[in-house]
Amino acid sequence: MSPMLLEAEGLCASYGSYRALFGVSLALPEGSVMALLGSNGAGKSTLARVFTGLVASTGGTVRFAGCDITNLPAWRIARMGLVHVPEGRGVFGSLSVEENLVLSFRRRAGRSEVSTALERAYGAFPVLAERRRQQAATLSGGQQRMLSLAKVLAVPPRLLVVDELSLGLAPVIVDAVYDGLVAIRSNGTTLLVVEQQVDRALALADLAVVLAKGAVAWQGPAAGAATAMEGILGTGSVVDAGSRPGQPDSAGQPDRPGRPDSAGQPDSVGTGEGAGEMGRSC
Amino acid sequence: MSSLLDYAIPGVPYGCEFALLAVGLVLTFRATGVFNLAFGAQAFVSAFVFDLLDEYAHWPQWAAFAVAVLVLAPGLGLALDHFLCRPIRTASTTAKVVSSLGLLIAIPQSIPIIFGGRTRHRIGYLWLNPNIVYFHIGSTPVNGADISTTVVTLGVVLGLMAMFRWTSAGLTMRAVVESRRLASLEGVNAGRVAAGAWALSSLLAGLAGVMLLPQSNSIDPTNPLEFTTLLVAGITAAAMAGMSSLPVALVGGIGLGVLENLLVKFLPPGGVLAQGLLPSLPFIVLVGVLLANPRLRHLDQSSDPLASVDPPPPPRAIAIRDKRLELPMKWGFRLLVIAFVVSCLTWVPGNWVFPLGQGLVFSVIFLSITLITGMSGQLSLCQASFAGIGAFTAGQLALHMGLPVLLGAVVGAVLAAVVGVVLALLVIRVSGLLLTLVTLAFALFADNVLFQFSWTGGGVAGLVVPRPAMGSVNFNNDRAFVMLALVVLALCMGVVVLIQRGTVGRYLAAMRGSPTAAASLGINLSWSKVTVFALSAGMAGLGGALYGSIEGPISSTDFNYVLSLVWVVVVITTGAQTVEGAVQAGMAFAVFAQVLTYLPQRVAGIEFIMFAVGALTYAAHPEGIVEYQRSIWMARVGRWLEAWDERRSRMARSGMPPGSAATGAVAGGVGGAPGSAVPGALPASAPGSAPAGGAYHA
Repeated sequence: MSPMLLEAEGLCASYGSYRALFGVSLALPEGSVMALLGSNGAGKSTLARVFTGLVASTGGTVRFAGCDITNLPAWRIARMGLVHVPEGRGVFGSLSVEENLVLSFRRRAGRSEVSTALERAYGAFPVLAERRRQQAATLSGGQQRMLSLAKVLAVPPRLLVVDELSLGLAPVIVDAVYDGLVAIRSNGTTLLVVEQQVDRALALADLAVVLAKGAVAWQGPAAGAATAMEGILGTGSVVDAGSRPGQPDSAGQPDRPGRPDSAGQPDSVGTGEGAGEMGRSC
Repeated sequence: MSSLLDYAIPGVPYGCEFALLAVGLVLTFRATGVFNLAFGAQAFVSAFVFDLLDEYAHWPQWAAFAVAVLVLAPGLGLALDHFLCRPIRTASTTAKVVSSLGLLIAIPQSIPIIFGGRTRHRIGYLWLNPNIVYFHIGSTPVNGADISTTVVTLGVVLGLMAMFRWTSAGLTMRAVVESRRLASLEGVNAGRVAAGAWALSSLLAGLAGVMLLPQSNSIDPTNPLEFTTLLVAGITAAAMAGMSSLPVALVGGIGLGVLENLLVKFLPPGGVLAQGLLPSLPFIVLVGVLLANPRLRHLDQSSDPLASVDPPPPPRAIAIRDKRLELPMKWGFRLLVIAFVVSCLTWVPGNWVFPLGQGLVFSVIFLSITLITGMSGQLSLCQASFAGIGAFTAGQLALHMGLPVLLGAVVGAVLAAVVGVVLALLVIRVSGLLLTLVTLAFALFADNVLFQFSWTGGGVAGLVVPRPAMGSVNFNNDRAFVMLALVVLALCMGVVVLIQRGTVGRYLAAMRGSPTAAASLGINLSWSKVTVFALSAGMAGLGGALYGSIEGPISSTDFNYVLSLVWVVVVITTGAQTVEGAVQAGMAFAVFAQVLTYLPQRVAGIEFIMFAVGALTYAAHPEGIVEYQRSIWMARVGRWLEAWDERRSRMARSGMPPGSAATGAVAGGVGGAPGSAVPGALPASAPGSAPAGGAYHA
């Protein structure tokens, strides 16, 4: 059985008095890739930020590897092995490329491992090695994403949340960046990919969740997501997932997490076992 | 050539003092995003405690140093971080400046309350004796203070540079400075790093304070801002460094010191140039640097890529009155004015009429702050200088040309407005923090240079602004003057309300919301800014002339830069958005001062502290405490009225048969719900309009 690495139950969040999420529930099995899809303002980025502690949730719970991480400070969640590559510029522009990497590796790999991690990162993206002394702000958009991914490639986290990785990049660069994601996945990292380019994300993903107006509109295996998306976004309104015809059965219960075929029993994941496997306890 | 060097060398330790302050400012700004105006005050606290322990308690020097600099200063920094910085972490740069302004006033004012108000004249020193000449460079004697200042400054700058470049802590700090959120995604405990940065910068402030001790002749707790004068030179050096580069700050500070020293030697002593140019040098250089360095213009813009994660700023609370309250409040206000007039003319004792008149005059001056800070969102720290220009113009014209004071006041107001326009044209391309710094520098310039001439501030003897007279009516009597001030205040309030409701007011509201959006609508921001600056300066000038008239003899100390700071803080605390706020601030300021005359001298600073602490709430309630409370009470009264209405309608139905009564109650409940929800949801209902600047209200 593959245990759930990340579970959300009835998550709500708001910016000031503007509510962004209304009771979102999902579950992400260890080792899988989930695409988080939806239109502008659907709440994808907010959901990702709630997972990683950037935005406080106003209701519901998040469990990561069996530990309740709801509203823990972001740095604690990061130290548990959940890495978030945020939307847009996700690097420290005023630091050099190497300083960006060192900052990340010191905490996640330990001081003695920094130099080997650097070698791995430069091996994966040679362009970064050429520019190691350069300020990260002077890198191109694609190179900045590569820098973000290089941190993850060199020291694989348990879960990687990437937010709008393809935003503003040329198609060729997007290919390179997605190749990086495939490599990260093969390292055993579980992925949650927030994306507006649906086909890119679905090509990579096993599972998909479609958000609309801050709630889960559909979830299920990635294969069925494209047709479901058409129905949801095409009509421009939130459609109750259960009432849509021609939808996979597994999405019949909106709050149930969809799973790949290999998944075992869905609910009541043994949190005890999950905690035992973790590198750091919570 | 060698003589030039002889003149330049003494400037180096002098410049090192500027550099030490500049480095502290840069460090705090870089590490916490706060332009810490209170840096000088923090330096003062450590210097004072060091001197107290060293000279008064006869502690050994190292122990005094350890307590004052190594323990007290970082402790103060940690306290500031915890109680001040956490709440305003995501606030605007203006809110942060206001908070540090509050501290700048509150910290030194609390010293006489804690330690007593005795002036100390035996000044202690650290490390090397300033009275011993250790060696000569060429023919220049080098004393202990010169050596210790230079060595410590160089050591501090090199140490900090090394720390930032090579250590893990430095790397982490730089990351946190750029983006607290991004750093926490890397597993960095950003809160702890920021607290460390505060402690470090506070330590630096303490060190600077103790190093600067030998330069001051006395430590006077009632004049605790003496370090702030040095701070302008520090600000100048920090601005030269673009608020980011430590080595440039060092070089800039030293350069400024050397330049000043060279000017002392080469300008004819006693001449107008030496008297006028020398003290204004930091101001001139600062304005030059601000205008020449384009990097500084983007100082307040956050570079944090994750800034959108933060919740939106708190909405401005707006007092929405229930319609039924309109009439009673209108009449209540009229009755209040009548009661005030009658009271002032009859039963109020003489020693209270004067402060009431002062309060009215302050209200006029404070309206100028409503204009500039409340309406355009800019923080000007030189309103007292504008007031001084008005007062001295009226006084000089009355003295030399026999011009009636009221006419002189108008001329003074116009002159102040002209100066305001010149200043606004200088800073037209900058805004926010830089505008605040330029106005602070101008206030110091006016204080130290402009008002010191006998043809402006009347020199040491001061100047007498006579009371006005209109035909046979003479306003020498305080009671009569109060009436005059009331009329002038009413006129000024009318003007401000008209401006608020007029085109300029709408433009400014748009600009406050989003300068970019306003410009895209075709609004000429520069023109609006200059207009409001001129109007504000003119109103301050008018109020200043009245202030001079009610006081009689005035001198440059009546309009020093500290007053500018205090006034701004008072108005912001009370409410800078509305005309009522300015009047409440003016009356409260004068009345509290009068109340305090009944209390011991030692707690005289408590008024300043009170308002300064109030300013710390600016980030949470930018509309001011009084205004905020008013909106809450308005909402509450509105709810009471609703509830009362509902009960009455239920009572009216109670005679009906049971079945229909139940439906009636339900219908009443449903009908009442939307009405009662409006005032109840007030604080939460505004956010839609607040970020867009739509919180403008007349």
